[in-house]
Amino acid sequence: MTPISLSGLARSGTGQSKITPDPAPRAGFWASRRRQQAVRFLFVYALLIAGAIAVSIPFVWMVSTSLKNLGQVFLFPPQWIPQPFVWRNYYDALTVVPYGRFFLNTIIITGISIAGIMLSSSLAAYSFSRLRWRGRDVVFIIVLATMMLPTQVTLIPQFIIFRNLKWIDTFLPLIVPTLFGTAYQVFLLRQFFMTIPLEMDEAARMDGCSILGIYWRIILPLSKPALMTGALFAFRFRWDQFLEPLIFLNTPRNFTIALGLRLFQDQNLTNWNLLMAASCVSMLPVLLTFFFGQKYFIQGVVISGVKG
Amino acid sequence: MTIPALAPTVRAPRLTYRAREEIAGWLLAGPWILGFLLFTAGPMIASIWLSFTSWDLLGAPKMVGLANYIRLFTDDPSVWRSLRVTTVYAFTSVPLAVGLGLLVAMLLNENIRLQGLFRTVYYLPSVVSGVAVALLWRWLFSPDFGLINAFLAVFGIRGPAWLSDSNWALPALIIMSVWGVGSGMVIYLAGLQGVPTALYEAAELDGANGVQRFWNITVPMISPVIFFQAIMGIIGALQTFTQAFIMTDGGPKEATLFYLLYLYRNGWVYLKMGYASALAWVLFIYIMILTLLILRSSAAWVYYEGSTRR
Repeated sequence: MTPISLSGLARSGTGQSKITPDPAPRAGFWASRRRQQAVRFLFVYALLIAGAIAVSIPFVWMVSTSLKNLGQVFLFPPQWIPQPFVWRNYYDALTVVPYGRFFLNTIIITGISIAGIMLSSSLAAYSFSRLRWRGRDVVFIIVLATMMLPTQVTLIPQFIIFRNLKWIDTFLPLIVPTLFGTAYQVFLLRQFFMTIPLEMDEAARMDGCSILGIYWRIILPLSKPALMTGALFAFRFRWDQFLEPLIFLNTPRNFTIALGLRLFQDQNLTNWNLLMAASCVSMLPVLLTFFFGQKYFIQGVVISGVKG
Repeated sequence: MTIPALAPTVRAPRLTYRAREEIAGWLLAGPWILGFLLFTAGPMIASIWLSFTSWDLLGAPKMVGLANYIRLFTDDPSVWRSLRVTTVYAFTSVPLAVGLGLLVAMLLNENIRLQGLFRTVYYLPSVVSGVAVALLWRWLFSPDFGLINAFLAVFGIRGPAWLSDSNWALPALIIMSVWGVGSGMVIYLAGLQGVPTALYEAAELDGANGVQRFWNITVPMISPVIFFQAIMGIIGALQTFTQAFIMTDGGPKEATLFYLLYLYRNGWVYLKMGYASALAWVLFIYIMILTLLILRSSAAWVYYEGSTRR
């Protein structure tokens, strides 16, 4: 897969014990350093493969269950390969509750949110990384502090504000706050913008480029990977969000996928095949974006985790 | 928290540009600042005030002084139970995640083939979250037909009823949390790759064995990363909600009554907005105290190379 390429994290040969002097050889099988090394590697691979299997099994099990009929779901010991494959489960799972509607709702909410988050956050990040203004450093510390702030303190007053605005049971409480940008994305983009040489700005300014022009023509085009990362993270987070939709949305026709799944769970308590089919479908968009944008995902984790 | 150094700024030739920069700076950061005031700072202040009132969303909030806090600390055993549940969860799941994440990262950092593939596989579970994952694990933990008890049965072990057994429900959620070690692993791996190879070579020349190299080079060199992960992990774990809501609904016998779930019930099921606000502030202060304690302790075990980081 793609190596991490940001800020010197590039993977270069970091073999830990390549240049080591051979200590005085002992007799017997273990004498050779090479053999010792081989056994060690065998051990490492065994552990890694065992772990990888353990970590993937839940996914395999989910797909397998989603294709069984109920009789097979409740077999003990469980079977891995469904017989027969019941593809109809997916049709049933998606039609018992208005899943299409939930999908559409979630796409509308996440789509608008992501656009707003990326625009406002990138402007703020540009301001924090490129412009000099009084109070900048203090405000940036507040940005960092908000990332660590537990959200539950603001939840109740927010609910009351939106209730007074008659926004409850609309998408607005889920969309509007995000249009102002989010601390995580501001931080991520600022960190990236800092790596763009200042000479670029200066040259553009000499040529008569305005402050906004520099943002639009220099900074944004050079930051596509970071923008991608920020957008993917926003997507993943918004797609799975549960507590906020639970509080702000009431009627099923406005539900997001997360709420729809819960509704579905309450209606189909032991229909595990249908429940797994529905779970599978709702995970799919995030899994697909991960496979296509893996590089950006991992960069995002690394930037925000290592340099915090 | 560490604040990365700000960029050296350019000396502007004209005063007017400086002035424009000042205005543009505020304007461009403006939306975020406005959003912060409207949806974070404002609500926080309102929340303090609400915590001193009694309000069921009908009529006007009634001032009750410290009554909410007094009740919370002296007359509501569920508060203590939920604090205990949440703390136990945070302080077992986070060290487990850090330890296992570090272990996988160290294994991957050996010069192995298919490093990228392994990394993807281990990272995958932490990409998905929320209700779908909670449903999946409810099924895995199913007492009679779940995969986990089927696996235990292979070894002749009769597995517990997991989510419906008050002794096993919380451990079950902790086991589930281990599935997401991948996100930490990616970060440790990047950290490990930044440790200079020369350090290990020098240590080996001096006769240090693998364990000594781990404790005296690896851990100190990536301790800032571990530290940051631990803090963010604990803050996140103390706010666990979805798993408890979907998988156990706080039960059985309040064994998984996570704090946020209890807060949600008070606010949106019993409609006690004042009491729920007081609960929110208690958790907030609890999180701050824990974070400060961890920060304090960090001087003893977190090593910052050079002195620029702090």
